Amino acid sequence: MAIKVESFKRVDLIEVSGRIDSSNAPELDETLKQLADQDRHQLVLNLSQVDYMSSAGLRAIVTALRAAKKSGGNVHLSQPSDRVREVLELAGLHTLFQIYEDDTAAVGDF
Amino acid sequence: MSQQKSLKVPGRYDQIRLICEFVAEGAKAARLDEDDIFHIELACDEACTNIIEHAYGQENSGPIEVTWQINAHNFTIIFTDQGQSFDPDQVPLPLSTQELQNLDNLDDLKVGGLGLHFMKKLMDEVIFAFDKEKGNQLIMIKKL
Repeated sequence: MAIKVESFKRVDLIEVSGRIDSSNAPELDETLKQLADQDRHQLVLNLSQVDYMSSAGLRAIVTALRAAKKSGGNVHLSQPSDRVREVLELAGLHTLFQIYEDDTAAVGDF
Repeated sequence: MSQQKSLKVPGRYDQIRLICEFVAEGAKAARLDEDDIFHIELACDEACTNIIEHAYGQENSGPIEVTWQINAHNFTIIFTDQGQSFDPDQVPLPLSTQELQNLDNLDDLKVGGLGLHFMKKLMDEVIFAFDKEKGNQLIMIKKL
């Protein structure tokens, strides 16, 4: 898994790629927590290059959503891969997130 | 003609990928398609995570043994661990889409119990067996 964070004025774009499982989900969790600690609560998660995500990854992004919403922000998902969509739907959590077809729309909707 | 292979690894998160790849190799030999293989990997990932988190309570507390078998009708995966047995009926069900939509406070959302839910959804059969000598066994079957 690789994580790249790009910070804009009001929004942070986090691009995740590769495989998210129990062995590395804490790393994603930590990155998202650090952003919350810096009062960055408007997050866009680009998951287009994630080819595998287990429930450990889901837990990390739901935790981030919960923290962001508590502080008046949100987590938008940009271009989740088919595998990510499938896992979100399997868990029934797809309705919790706003999902966008590109980063511009996901960033612009804040 | 039946085929069978086993692997034993330490119960650690960094071993899960190895287990998934080992089982995927068997699933390919059983001529399952890419979607089925993804589902099997995901079910195995969740099974291993549950063993580490719930049976052993932490990493490096015991081994995980996995066996795959192919016969004429089934692709079967058997996980064995020596941790604490658990009652799958005690695992709370994940919230339904309706319940999620009615959720007033996201703090009420627990993302636990998903592992077992995934295994049951992704595999045709999921069976838990507890034996004092053999340890805990989790048997997951994908019909061919």
